Amino acid sequence: MIELDVNGRRHRVEAPGDTPLLYVLRNDLQLNGAKFGCGLGQCGACTVMVDGQAIFSCITPIGAIEGRRVRTVEGLGTVEKPGPMQRAFIEEQAAQCGYCIPGMMMRAQALLEAKPGAGDADVRKALAPHLCRCGTHMRILKAVGRAAKMMGGGK
Amino acid sequence: MSVAFSRRRFLAGGGAIVLGFSLNPRVSAQGARLPGSLERNPMLDSWIGVGGDGTITIFTGKAELGQGIRTALMQVAADQLAVPFERIALVTADTARTPDEGYTAGSNSMKDSGTAILNAAAQARELLVAEAAKRWNVAATSLTARDGAVVAPDGRRLEFREIAPSVPLRSRASAESKRATARNVVGKSIPRVDIPAKVTGGAAYVHDLRLPGMVHARVVRPPQHGAKLTAIDTSAGERMPGVLRVVRDGSYVAVIATQEFQAVRAARAISDTAKWEGRLPPVDVYPHLLGLASQDTVIHDRDGANLGAAAIDAVYRRPYQMHGSIGPSCAVGLLEGGKLTVWSHTQGVYPLRGAIAEMLGMEKESVRVIHMEGAGCYGHNGADDAGADAGLLARAMPGRPVRVQWMREEEHSWEPYGPAMVTRARAALDNGRIAGWEFDVWSNTHSTRPGKAGELGPASLLAKPFPPSAPRPLPQPEGGGDRNAIPLYSIPRAKVTHRFIPEMPLRVSALRALGAYMNVFSIESFMDELAAAARADPVEFRLRHLEDARGTEVIRAAARRFGWSEYARTPGKGRGFAFARYKNLAAYCAIAMEVEVMRESGEIRVGRVAAAVDSGEAVNPDGIRNQIEGGVVQSLSWTMLEEVTWDARRITSRDWGRYPILRFAHVPASIDVDVIDRPGQPFLGTGEAAQGPAAAAFANAVADATGKRIRQIPFDPPRVRAALLENR
Amino acid sequence: MDQTLRNHAAALSASLLLLSCGAPEPLGSTAPATPARFDAAQVAHGARLAAVGNCITCHTAPGGKPYAGGYPLHTPFGTVHGTNITPDAETGIGRWSLADFDRAMREGIDPRGRHYYPAFPYDYFTRLTDADIAALYAFVMTREAVRAPEPDNHMLVPRVAVGIWKSKYFHPGRFAPDTSRDARWNRGAYLAESLAHCSACHTPRNKLGAEERDRYMAGGEVGGWHAPALNRESPSPRPWDARKLTIYLWTGLVDDHAITAGPMAPVVRNLAHATRDDVEALASYVAALMQGATGAGPPATPAPPRGEQLTRGAAIYAGACGDCHDRGRAAEGGALRLPLAIALSLPTPANLIHIVRDGIVPLEHEAQPWMPAYKGALTAGQTTDLVVYLRTLSGKPPWSEVEREVKRIEGEAR
Repeated sequence: MIELDVNGRRHRVEAPGDTPLLYVLRNDLQLNGAKFGCGLGQCGACTVMVDGQAIFSCITPIGAIEGRRVRTVEGLGTVEKPGPMQRAFIEEQAAQCGYCIPGMMMRAQALLEAKPGAGDADVRKALAPHLCRCGTHMRILKAVGRAAKMMGGGK
Repeated sequence: MSVAFSRRRFLAGGGAIVLGFSLNPRVSAQGARLPGSLERNPMLDSWIGVGGDGTITIFTGKAELGQGIRTALMQVAADQLAVPFERIALVTADTARTPDEGYTAGSNSMKDSGTAILNAAAQARELLVAEAAKRWNVAATSLTARDGAVVAPDGRRLEFREIAPSVPLRSRASAESKRATARNVVGKSIPRVDIPAKVTGGAAYVHDLRLPGMVHARVVRPPQHGAKLTAIDTSAGERMPGVLRVVRDGSYVAVIATQEFQAVRAARAISDTAKWEGRLPPVDVYPHLLGLASQDTVIHDRDGANLGAAAIDAVYRRPYQMHGSIGPSCAVGLLEGGKLTVWSHTQGVYPLRGAIAEMLGMEKESVRVIHMEGAGCYGHNGADDAGADAGLLARAMPGRPVRVQWMREEEHSWEPYGPAMVTRARAALDNGRIAGWEFDVWSNTHSTRPGKAGELGPASLLAKPFPPSAPRPLPQPEGGGDRNAIPLYSIPRAKVTHRFIPEMPLRVSALRALGAYMNVFSIESFMDELAAAARADPVEFRLRHLEDARGTEVIRAAARRFGWSEYARTPGKGRGFAFARYKNLAAYCAIAMEVEVMRESGEIRVGRVAAAVDSGEAVNPDGIRNQIEGGVVQSLSWTMLEEVTWDARRITSRDWGRYPILRFAHVPASIDVDVIDRPGQPFLGTGEAAQGPAAAAFANAVADATGKRIRQIPFDPPRVRAALLENR
Repeated sequence: MDQTLRNHAAALSASLLLLSCGAPEPLGSTAPATPARFDAAQVAHGARLAAVGNCITCHTAPGGKPYAGGYPLHTPFGTVHGTNITPDAETGIGRWSLADFDRAMREGIDPRGRHYYPAFPYDYFTRLTDADIAALYAFVMTREAVRAPEPDNHMLVPRVAVGIWKSKYFHPGRFAPDTSRDARWNRGAYLAESLAHCSACHTPRNKLGAEERDRYMAGGEVGGWHAPALNRESPSPRPWDARKLTIYLWTGLVDDHAITAGPMAPVVRNLAHATRDDVEALASYVAALMQGATGAGPPATPAPPRGEQLTRGAAIYAGACGDCHDRGRAAEGGALRLPLAIALSLPTPANLIHIVRDGIVPLEHEAQPWMPAYKGALTAGQTTDLVVYLRTLSGKPPWSEVEREVKRIEGEAR
């Protein structure tokens, strides 16, 4: 039995400690945001924040996550009350299929929380671990820039 | 700008009250052709339902692939029905509920479904107005439809839901419609209705489907399509925690477990014991392809090409490339009471239903396929095969929903690729104009979509396998490998030959734009080579040969946006231009871009990109822009980096490390898209319009920057570096 | 500034305090080169030599134009930047004659008569033949000229004092073949000791930053990584031979050995542009050096983990590493079984810590295997536990100071 802290709530999970966090988030906690893209830490679709840092949930065993604070895209806001990152992505219509987007958002959120003044070059660099196959890159960059402004930083 | 939504549109059943629904696929026997997909599904109530709560439900046989079609179709319906956008609900591809519109492919959704919905909605509106007129005993022409109600001049008002029960929506559509001309939402960039859920963790994909009692499966797949199992030890997996069943049927092996990661581990353990036997083509695939027998068809012959010895001659090559969907394929199957339901992100729920039914020996009517979104598929990826997996495994565990998720390596090694192609262009110039033109394209088929069980990958692995159907070329004017092989330019003497190669060294099928990507890359690269020989500006050279006014306009618009005539070249940088009309029938697209080439490494950086597109009536201009931007980036990834690789044993492009695609560091500095809106004009498919022109504009910019013409995709750094070191 | 740095600088300065040095004379300027003067074959030859020398890595800033300088080299004596060696007249070497170039390469002196810091390995290039110097000159003079002024260096030792260091540690002179060895060995020795300058990283250095030549190729430090011993002290769990070394140097990936990583990766990338013969020659030279290395592999079955830290480390391994690394490279999605990974057998845990944190990730266009990055996923404590556990798989005695190394590397990355 492993205790996880996800989006500010405590959960007790039956899965063995060597289960990757991604499967636990999706199956045990029914959170849809983090996605299975590769399971290999190559595409970023599974990205969540742990203790403020963006990590690949597909390669991180839950045993290493006990006692640490996990945030997923569900923790950034809801459809009724979206947070600034979510509003920015909606306003910029920064999605085509949308599958890669929650991972992008979590990486961007971690960046902007650590570096509120991050500019376009910083964002491009920070998002290097993330793939988007639909080619939505330009809008993603715009959305993160917009979120930066909304969050009180940005150029 | 944002529009508030109070409804969550989730597809697993449920919806507005529908009056009646008849599936009558018979084509209308007499009279004029019905517009769009109405021809095949002529009953109005197949498309429209008026709910008791004021919701209007629209049914489309097309699927949301991430291209924004859901929102666009709702916009069309809203305006034609004179109903607020928020009250439109859209049900997409479901064999139990929606019309059969074949595949969501070929950029035909707006043309087929949009046109059908436009007309069905307009006719439904007229029927509602007529019913109100009857009740009030006034002339229908005195009434207006507005905000979901019929309104009389004196202010009397009848909501649609009040009169709908009396309206004969179960009637055949007419060929003519009285279109509403007011554009309340059409022509506006209405925010997509699916995006809010996608950015807040809402259930949006088939991957998110959770059903009570659901179990998890993983397939133990061969290293490549066509391999057969020679040895395996399934006991390795059977013993592992949570494993419920290990299914084996011939070379088809799968594990079903209670928890997902249990299935992953068990499948891996079994896979490590498996031995497969299969053959792969030689690594140097182009000579091999050209050595295979081909069925040659002259698809365009205008007085023959009649080229002399001095003709300019160029051969272009394109490797196998993959869809590479960012979310590997997934499906859920449930067999209950002799009925099978499959939730799938297939592009064609009806064809898939037929194939699965055939594979399982079931009646079609006992199989239901419901579309749920997947990640972008860009054509025929693993979705249909995953649907077949779900069917097979649901049969192995009746009464329990079985979820099959492909792993990354499976999607990479098993999905049907975009075929490797070779083209040859030859032309002669006379006084600065093209006098004769000859173009040959060698290609496999570009579609092995189900239809038949033989096209389902899993079905080929069974102990009693279903043999694949003989591949056939897709006919012109749409074409497959020969899509866009006929240039739109006016050329006095021209001959175009499609050399269709039936034998497939690797499994192939439809990848976005089909042959148009390679043919436009070739033709538009060649146009620049001819322009150079004629000492003409590339844009001006194209205009010289184009009689199509809409084509001319997009070319001028893109050139203007780029600043083509004011461009000042700097060392290491160059510019390129390209134009095509997708399929010579759909959207027009012109693209200009600037690149910088690093000689030492062969690395290329893309600077500004300017595009112009004419999609006819632009239902959602931002949606069009999104598709073009995305198409440019995707095409640049294909053109700069992508090629499937293999060795004697297996496909080696098994993950993103071995099949790199474009990352943020290499996307363009900027992309500007000008959308030319033509209200009232037919919708022209846009989803595949940018791929070909982007590739050629890129190639032309590289040639401009370096003086070297590269004719083989991909333009990866080693190839570019080698080309620059060559003395030519 | 780091205390170690101060110690080194103090040591050097103290030993130079009482000595005088005479500055060399500047050469008179001669006509600068133009590309038209160079034979294409000579330029191509120079390109292949530059590939062996890996010149581009130290002479290109991150994200900068090739050979335009600005790459920071962190030494115990401060940071010096690789110079702009493009033929730009103002900020590069566009005005240099062949004689200028020759003196820089062989003697470590610029056209103004100033000493170069020996971060520029002229103590190796001094061994080059005249023909090779000329070919390299032809190569650099035909690169794209880039205007890029040099960033400021931050060296604690004045340039003028380098002359004293050179008088003690620098021995100019051309390569002298060993007639008792065959042609291939001599070719390898020539390349290794001139262009490839392997021992600049792979030999330990004293407090004054000079190589300890009596411990030739016994292992060194570069950029926070350990460069393993290439002599009979090689810690590789499986022995190397010339065939394997050739493949490794050519592709970065061979048999039962780890993939190239860290500062060695760009060396391998560049060697792909050298000739196969030269790579084989280098390999045979190194293989000969390694004669006598025992390659004593790890214990066949490592003892089960005992104690809290090893139990924690083993659990992390099982969840984060085992699914790939337990299965071996032959399996679908499998990776090298870790007892074979040299990073576990080195005298320091630094390489392993880097690899766990940053993975081994190909360049954006390269089609290569990929190990994911675990930084952020594992805390410093978890990384420490994992690294301590992994060391037990090597059969070698435990590392000390793992936790400190993890924290140091984490701090550097911030």
